[in-house]
Amino acid sequence: MSTSEMRRVTAINNGTVIDHIPAGSALSVLRMLGISDDRASPISLVMNVPSSKHGRKDIIKVEDRELTQDELDRLALIAPKASVAIIRSYAVAEKREVTIGKELLNVARCTYSNCITNNSREPLDHRLNVVKTDPLELRCRYCGRSQNMKELINNLI
Amino acid sequence: MDGDLITMDDMTNEEIVSLLDDAERLLPVAHGEEFLPLLQGKLLANMFFEPSTRTRMSFETAMKRLGGDVVNLGDVKSSSAVKGETLYDTMRMVDGYCDIAALRHPRQGAAQYAADACYIPIMNGGDGAGHHPTQTLLDLFTIRQAHGRLDGLTVALVGDLRYGRTVHSLSHALARFDCELIFISPNQLSMPTEIVSDLTESGSKITETDDLYSAIPDVDVIYMTRIQKERFPDDDEYAKVAGIYKLTAADLTAAKGEMIVMHPLPRVDEISPDVDATRHARYFEQAFNGVVARMALMCKLLGVDIPGGAA
Ligand SMILES: [Zn+2]
Repeated sequence: MSTSEMRRVTAINNGTVIDHIPAGSALSVLRMLGISDDRASPISLVMNVPSSKHGRKDIIKVEDRELTQDELDRLALIAPKASVAIIRSYAVAEKREVTIGKELLNVARCTYSNCITNNSREPLDHRLNVVKTDPLELRCRYCGRSQNMKELINNLI
Repeated sequence: MDGDLITMDDMTNEEIVSLLDDAERLLPVAHGEEFLPLLQGKLLANMFFEPSTRTRMSFETAMKRLGGDVVNLGDVKSSSAVKGETLYDTMRMVDGYCDIAALRHPRQGAAQYAADACYIPIMNGGDGAGHHPTQTLLDLFTIRQAHGRLDGLTVALVGDLRYGRTVHSLSHALARFDCELIFISPNQLSMPTEIVSDLTESGSKITETDDLYSAIPDVDVIYMTRIQKERFPDDDEYAKVAGIYKLTAADLTAAKGEMIVMHPLPRVDEISPDVDATRHARYFEQAFNGVVARMALMCKLLGVDIPGGAA
């Protein structure tokens, strides 16, 4: 992030900055991370910022919270090119990579109504295999039903 | 294959061929001409959460012919599933009682789910609109028995190709052995486009038509299926295609001598009884072959070698 880009967002003392989110995806990222309802952390969100690398992009800053690796792996599904910086005392303390794994464990439900996992009393994990990443295609480990990014966002657990 | 059979994708072509070889060696045992108690002391759980007398009996016969024993889930209406027990809990209990289980369930994905819940081998006996791999194994066995090979045959699949999981799974398996496939159905019941494009992309030769009778002289196998009334929104739609394909002995005069007619049974009127007496009829043997295919599968999953296996 250049200094001029940085100025669009208030600097934070401690927390996480997610940069290079595809323009317009910031709200989906918040849903994916499950932090939109997290009232404890102030969140700043900048959308459609001109970017030197990718035309336009979104940026999210979450104060007083360092995202876990599990949360970053979820982020990878929507924003595989995102860069993540952990901020401590106004300085970048760590940069983290986001990666797409082979399987999503309890991230989302299967979309097929007759799938065994759609009996809410069945206790085993919801498991979706990542078949393709661009565009994203997921397949239920159990019934084999495919889902795309949009369906994934609507079926988050 | 690592311990369970959930879909045909769990088996390589080599594993399929080796299993069919095992099944062939077990024919005299399945006929009751030889007693070979390879699975003595083993207990099969027949977990049929929806009725399928034919498949359940075939698993049971296979286990008993090999000297093992069987416990059945019992009538689904009075079983614990109706009282709200999860599949997970039921299967965990069975896991402790038995050595291997066959599962039939109305919900798709149930077999993989049960396999994840259990240590014992799980055989998928049909899960919703999903997979039914032991049916495919017995179909492949029947075809190989008649033709001495699977590779490079021309197979016509006829009737309800849209909803029949049997023909979906068989098409994928035959394509793996480089068979040429002819899909014959009325338009409303044609093979799902995803399956046709999957098969075409992987290099299979596929023809789609609604004309059964012109295909007869060219094929090595005719696989008939039943057109089910409950697939149609109303009686008029059903009436348009009901009885569209009725194979008679007279139709088969143009067929190759070694061509076989198969059907997963029960039939309605797709195959006239006068076909039964022709050399082409193979559907009753096909049903019987379910026993040997399942015998070989249970030996394989339980790690039991079949004597004479080197042949
Ligand atoms: Zn599913």
